Amino acid sequence: MGLSAFQDDFRAWLTRSDEQAADRLALADRRGLAVYQNTYRAQLMACLEESYPQTMALIGLRFGEAAFHAAAARHIDSVQPSRWTLDAYAQGFPASLRRLFPDAPAIGELADLELALGETFIAPDATALTLADLQSGALDETAIALVPGTVFLPLRTNADAIWSALSAQEPCPAPHVRGSADTPVMIWRQDFVCCFRRLEDDEAALLPSLVTGTPFAQICEDLVARLGMEDGITRAGALLARWTQAGLLTRQP
Amino acid sequence: MKTHSTARLTFGLGLRKPHYQDFLAGDGPDAVVPVDFVEVISENFMVPGGRPRDILRRARARHAVALHGVSLSLGAAQGVDLDYLRTLRQLVDEIEPFIVSDHLCWTGTAGFNSHDLLPLPYTHEALAVACANIGRAQDILGRSLVVENPSSYLQFSPADWSEWDFIAELATRTGCELLLDLNNVHVSATNHGFSVVDYLAGIPMARVRQIHLAGHSQGRELLIDTHDQPVADPVWALLAHVAPALEDVAVMIERDDAIPPLPELLAELDHARALCHLPARMEARQWA
Repeated sequence: MGLSAFQDDFRAWLTRSDEQAADRLALADRRGLAVYQNTYRAQLMACLEESYPQTMALIGLRFGEAAFHAAAARHIDSVQPSRWTLDAYAQGFPASLRRLFPDAPAIGELADLELALGETFIAPDATALTLADLQSGALDETAIALVPGTVFLPLRTNADAIWSALSAQEPCPAPHVRGSADTPVMIWRQDFVCCFRRLEDDEAALLPSLVTGTPFAQICEDLVARLGMEDGITRAGALLARWTQAGLLTRQP
Repeated sequence: MKTHSTARLTFGLGLRKPHYQDFLAGDGPDAVVPVDFVEVISENFMVPGGRPRDILRRARARHAVALHGVSLSLGAAQGVDLDYLRTLRQLVDEIEPFIVSDHLCWTGTAGFNSHDLLPLPYTHEALAVACANIGRAQDILGRSLVVENPSSYLQFSPADWSEWDFIAELATRTGCELLLDLNNVHVSATNHGFSVVDYLAGIPMARVRQIHLAGHSQGRELLIDTHDQPVADPVWALLAHVAPALEDVAVMIERDDAIPPLPELLAELDHARALCHLPARMEARQWA
């Protein structure tokens, strides 16, 4: 048997316990096969546990402690890891949770939030602008962008409040679907700490446009256009102070 | 025989999350953990940015760093992943590690990565594949790769090579250097019934740049390379056995699970130092 066929057969044993494939491996002794299969599954299980601690807690509260591991085992049965980074394996789990818990949308959304937090944690570094940078006038024509890793999640449920309560080891609020007009939750990283909060209405209209970079002067003009000269300037000042204090803005690279 | 006065040996630890604070806190020489180097798992730091990269930069400011990979898949029939290698090269260029290592194993096939160190059949074809992959990796990394002997739980028949002859031939053909994991030697020898003396006699010690020491566990039928125990006596005995032949080698304790407080690992490292500095006395020891 050639090496490529050998590795295909080994994969077939590892991922679906294919006995005929195992027979073709020409093993001197089969005792060790189970060691590799156990390690394979244990690594993936550990990846999901570490990536989704609050999702695991919520599933445990609602469906019993074994329910998360049962869901993870079904995901491992159906989804094989394809990337060299183990962290990437976590990416498909929220979709599996939606299929497995169709009547509990907060579970899938809580997993979305944890996945986004994990990806933002390792996003590229950037130097955040200060309010003094903006007030200096030197940036009027400079394109302002959001720090790398900033994402917006349209959470329909109170998954964000659930995450906050569970991570603080406080009583978990009852999961529920919020109003359809809700603004998205923004996730970003300030220095090395991941943050999230639900946006206010005008932020929700403005901030996504900064993902691709917008001149500072344009941001001010947009706010004035939305709110009028006096209120717009006041609100622009308040928002820019809030965003810079949160380490949210950077120069467009 | 070489003694410490002629053989340059350094001693280090794997840098793991429970010990980040120990390694990075404080200022001044008294705050620096007494190791010559730290080893990190490359993939944990092959990320765009954030705290992991910051931790590695700060560790590098205090210590020499060895990068130890688990996903290069040197035995993959489809070849090595170029995206992986380019990402690793970026990390290498920034951190300037003194060693870049990975395992003699395969981890996946096209579109599949098991995230485990899977065993190779020691055939002529596997040797050619591993040589080609190591050559490609060394070209992209611009340096010699250091290749570790695996622990294994399976043997394939027929094999064209013993593991030690396979590794020696690999080093000859590619110019790669070797990471000799003595726990892996003990685990595989116990599981497969080969002689550790034959194994170590077959390894070209002049090519060994690094030694791993670790613990293992007794499974139902096989020894398992768990890295969750102190280094076992038979593994210490192997270190004493090879110590006289070591030159310019980085010796370290590898602990990945049930990680104890740092002083316990430093005490194990002191034991390794003692064994390497007193080779004549320890040479007479026998292992099980």
